[in-house]
Amino acid sequence: MENFTPYTSLAGGILLGISASILMYLNGRIAGISGIISGIFNNPSATEKMWRLAFIVGLIAGAFVYNHFFPISVQPREGVTTALLVVGGLLVGFGTALGSGCTSGHGICGVSRFSLRSITATGVFLISGIVTVYVVKHIIGA
Amino acid sequence: MMNKILSALLAGSIFGVGLSLSAMVDPNKIINFLDITGHWDPSLLFVLGGAVMVTLVSFRFIFAQGKPVFDNEFQLPSAFKIDAKLLIGSSLFGVGWGLVGYCPGPVVASLGFGFEEPLIVVGSLLAGMMLHKAIVKA
Repeated sequence: MENFTPYTSLAGGILLGISASILMYLNGRIAGISGIISGIFNNPSATEKMWRLAFIVGLIAGAFVYNHFFPISVQPREGVTTALLVVGGLLVGFGTALGSGCTSGHGICGVSRFSLRSITATGVFLISGIVTVYVVKHIIGA
Repeated sequence: MMNKILSALLAGSIFGVGLSLSAMVDPNKIINFLDITGHWDPSLLFVLGGAVMVTLVSFRFIFAQGKPVFDNEFQLPSAFKIDAKLLIGSSLFGVGWGLVGYCPGPVVASLGFGFEEPLIVVGSLLAGMMLHKAIVKA
């Protein structure tokens, strides 16, 4: 096992749960990042657009401030081309829009509401991600 | 309106700190999590577990309130059927996730780090959403 960080991961996860609880308790909305992003463009209400933008601003600011005090050593990756990033990004954007959610909306909020759709979606993207990495790393050998 | 904006800003900030503390902003960590036959790093399970542990309990109490503090109703998904869109969409998302090691939260949170990778992925992610709107909703 490589760089396994159970304690900080658990603590970070608890913060995600607290964040999702705050958004549900105060605003009555699901903290699903893909849904929050797409709603900025697709929801006609000004209030809806504004709280979503505020969440995104907070998301970027929170990570930025954390990184300022505890620099995160994200290693530069070899062999990651712009073409790969574009294809991957398109799939993430299109897929989460079509599947109505991502790791946060389905994986955290949906699972804890016992939503059968979210539990299914989470299983599907986990398996599909695992298969993709297997093909890329162990079959193609990139 | 201001209350809703400030609470979203607070929730977003905590989410950004949570993703950083758990190192989910590191795409290598995501790929190692998905690489179960290689250098498997199970950390992401602990992130999901920690989050679900909280919401599993909190959502019960929150829904029992009847309505949220700054709105008249909880806005929850109205769909219940497991359809082709859900399955195909989640599969495609998983492929993209495995290719780049980024899902929407971490990649947006990484925008302030000053690397090029997150910018390219977020740009393409937005394009993918637009494409969905153009094709599926047309």
